[in-house]
Amino acid sequence: MSLAASAISENLRAIVGPQQVITDSERLRRYLIGGKTPKAAVRPGSDQEVAEIVRLAFVEKLRLMPTGAGTKRDMNIPVGEYDLALDVGRLDQVVAYDPGDLTLSVAAGLPLSRLARALAEHQQFLPLAVPFLNRATVGGTIASGVDSPLRQFYGTVRDYVLGMEFVTGEGQLVKSGGRVVKNVSGYDLHKLMIGSFGSLGVITKVNFRTFPVVAATRALLALFASARDAVGMRHRIAQSSLRPLTLEIFSPVAAQLVFGDLVARGETDPRSAAAREISHWALVVSFAGAGRVLERYERELRQFAGGGQVALLDETSTAGMLARMPEFSPLALASSPAAVVLRMNVLPGEMVQALGETAFAAANQEVRWAAIARGVGAIDFALLPGRDDEALGRAGRVIDNVFEAFERRAGSVTIRWCADMWKETTRARKTSRNDLEVMRRIKHTFDPSRVFAPDPLAAWT
Amino acid sequence: MDSRLVDDLKKLLGRQGVLHQPEDLLLYEYDGSVEVARPDCVVFPASTADVVETVRLAARHHVPLTGRGAGTGLSGGALAREGGIVISFARMNRIVEIDAENQRARVEPGVVNADLSLAVRHLGLHFAPDPSSQKACTIGGNVSENSGGPHTLAYGVTTNHVLALEVVLPSGELMRLGSAAVDPPGYDLTAVFVGSEGTFGLVTEITVRLTRLPETAKTLLAVYDLVDDATQTVAEITSRGITPAACEMMDGWTIRAVEEYVHAGFPLDAAAVLLIEVDGLVEVVEAEAEAVAEVCEKHRARSIRVARDDRERDLLWKGRKNAFGAVGRVSPSYYTQDGVIPRTKLPATLRRIGEISRKYNLAIGNVFHAGDGNLHPIILFDRRNTKQFQDAVSAADEIIEFCISTGGSITGEHGVGMEKDRLMPLLFSEADLEMMKRVRNVFNPTGLLNPGKIFPSSKGCGEIYVRPQPAQTVPSR
Repeated sequence: MSLAASAISENLRAIVGPQQVITDSERLRRYLIGGKTPKAAVRPGSDQEVAEIVRLAFVEKLRLMPTGAGTKRDMNIPVGEYDLALDVGRLDQVVAYDPGDLTLSVAAGLPLSRLARALAEHQQFLPLAVPFLNRATVGGTIASGVDSPLRQFYGTVRDYVLGMEFVTGEGQLVKSGGRVVKNVSGYDLHKLMIGSFGSLGVITKVNFRTFPVVAATRALLALFASARDAVGMRHRIAQSSLRPLTLEIFSPVAAQLVFGDLVARGETDPRSAAAREISHWALVVSFAGAGRVLERYERELRQFAGGGQVALLDETSTAGMLARMPEFSPLALASSPAAVVLRMNVLPGEMVQALGETAFAAANQEVRWAAIARGVGAIDFALLPGRDDEALGRAGRVIDNVFEAFERRAGSVTIRWCADMWKETTRARKTSRNDLEVMRRIKHTFDPSRVFAPDPLAAWT
Repeated sequence: MDSRLVDDLKKLLGRQGVLHQPEDLLLYEYDGSVEVARPDCVVFPASTADVVETVRLAARHHVPLTGRGAGTGLSGGALAREGGIVISFARMNRIVEIDAENQRARVEPGVVNADLSLAVRHLGLHFAPDPSSQKACTIGGNVSENSGGPHTLAYGVTTNHVLALEVVLPSGELMRLGSAAVDPPGYDLTAVFVGSEGTFGLVTEITVRLTRLPETAKTLLAVYDLVDDATQTVAEITSRGITPAACEMMDGWTIRAVEEYVHAGFPLDAAAVLLIEVDGLVEVVEAEAEAVAEVCEKHRARSIRVARDDRERDLLWKGRKNAFGAVGRVSPSYYTQDGVIPRTKLPATLRRIGEISRKYNLAIGNVFHAGDGNLHPIILFDRRNTKQFQDAVSAADEIIEFCISTGGSITGEHGVGMEKDRLMPLLFSEADLEMMKRVRNVFNPTGLLNPGKIFPSSKGCGEIYVRPQPAQTVPSR
């Protein structure tokens, strides 16, 4: 189909106006995903226009890829050929904000950075410290289900999204949930949208509960000779009364990637020898409060560090550290042309074993690696091989080993982020889970004609 | 009901596991709401295998099936609206596993909410959702209704604490949703299943997150001469960004009913009290308690009392959590609503409830989760007086309509069930409800599981709805 010349293209222009349909191949390059470019991109200006576009796609059997800022294109989601990029970038309004109620309703294309500025005016924020924070949109963040180091304290999006509006594969505008902080009317359909990669619907509007900005925030960096020692400190914190904001464990290479240059530029506490020494496993824990609270945290955390070297970061260094932590996966991808980031979710008590086994497999195949483990048991394990076939083969064997190990372990492993070359070779893997059929039925219910191109369920057989 | 089905159920579950004589079924006509519906039969499975077989038998006979925990629900969720089998989880009440290291527990659906917290208390842990009925209600029921409670202001509602479910679908399929580890990949079926009010499947095992007990807690009782001052206090606490663990309000009428019952020391002449709790590290609690007290004083609290010890704290909470029982002592019947409003709209909403009370000449008490904006107006009436009963329903509808007009919701924690199904079109479009129905059909395509709930029947919502009158008044919560 030649969209530019077709009646479909005319129909799209009739819906959104001629300026908002892009068919020029140069401008379409920004919609490249997994080596595939669409035949056209369309930029609706309202929820109704989104619904009309999806209805057109439904009738004309076009495949759509909902997109925002395009910051998730290195995430590993099976996407087949697709005709049309549905760019929600023009849906970028703060629809309603009631600071006194700590609730907010925004359009899906709103960049998180603009959202953060609007909230900051009222000393509020959303705990969405996610990758590509300066560019990512609300819709992409929700649809991709990326998490934030702040989940240690605030939970995930699932915990603070109050409702949504979205357009289903038949072009129906549907809402669920609401705009109040407590609500059990109707099914929480919107929670299916979180992490669905736009495979069930195009998110158009999201309602959040917001949070008051916390008092002074500080971080403590503790260095350990082994993952076991670092995770030991995590366990001691979990069994205490402390409730830190973030708790992340970095492998030596991950520490270099994420805050190596901060240290080199002297942005961490220059007096601290420990901060300069990051050839060890590092645990970074941040916390907030007024004077006596901060003292209490520091005192107890130093105890929990046991033999580890410890540095307390000042407020500026803490802010720098917190800003960099979410960027681990992008930094890993930038550091190696053939990088692949595995997401391993395990019980906290199994973090040491999961890290140890995976590191062993990587070392065995002589593949460079870096890992961040969140205190809740979510581990991003990056393999950073060279790009020659032989190195890729070795990295591929590590991935196979890890997937095999997870057949015997509770929890899950997925390829979360990767360079395009892996997307071609990533195969669907067997799963023993028995809810896959229900998920397929859910997909069929929201998108019976498979209008939406992303297909996260294709990762399993 | 076909006697062959009853015989098959008895073969499966034993004679003790099946009730079908009318006198035995009487209790199961009710839950904590004003709704009534009698099942044809009540069964008591002892295992997941029993549940699977029961579901298969029901499916084979095309008989409706409704799950039931302790029957404390407030929207008719556990009532067999279209008859058939009620499947009670009273015998499936084992705590299967406590994993202190990972702060997880696996429980059967019939475990009583408070019993789980008691069982893990020695480990410094608790199960955070704490409905007022927590000494009786079950975790299976909490999952079905996505229950809340006073402390959900800071800790979240049931869905925030459920990680995985074992469920039996109406087809008899046994399925595991979610995982004990965080973020299972794929669609979040657990999140959509929690709060589906027993219309998706029967939950046979639940993996929950356990929460560390706070190091300390302070409970403040602020007493007001004007309701408006109390509601203004709540709005300012919220907008200042203070998040207490709980922030509850009782108006003067409720205070007097409670005090006569519990003797917690609530002032009989007050217009309203706020029960505010802050918890966490000692250092945090001291600062937050001071900040809360300052806001209370600014809004003319007559007195602010801090519970001196656990005994006094427990007594104050006993008063709050038994408020509905106290009301049951002073009124022949009452009807509790569950509307939610944006918290800044509290003062206007309570004024409106006062007007509605005067309009219908019905006493309306207010005891509710003020910090969440989740109202529980209690409308008192005498069921023997038909006009009063109709007026109570009309008053409740006007309150709910006002909640919706503020941008709120028809239910914050009690569920839609068979009580508010007709109100759903006030909140959702036809397309919204159709999509919800289609998702229900993914799990429950025949509609035989918990039929007649959540979705309005073909009657328009504008029609006058007359509830069946209960045979006797049942105290609700």
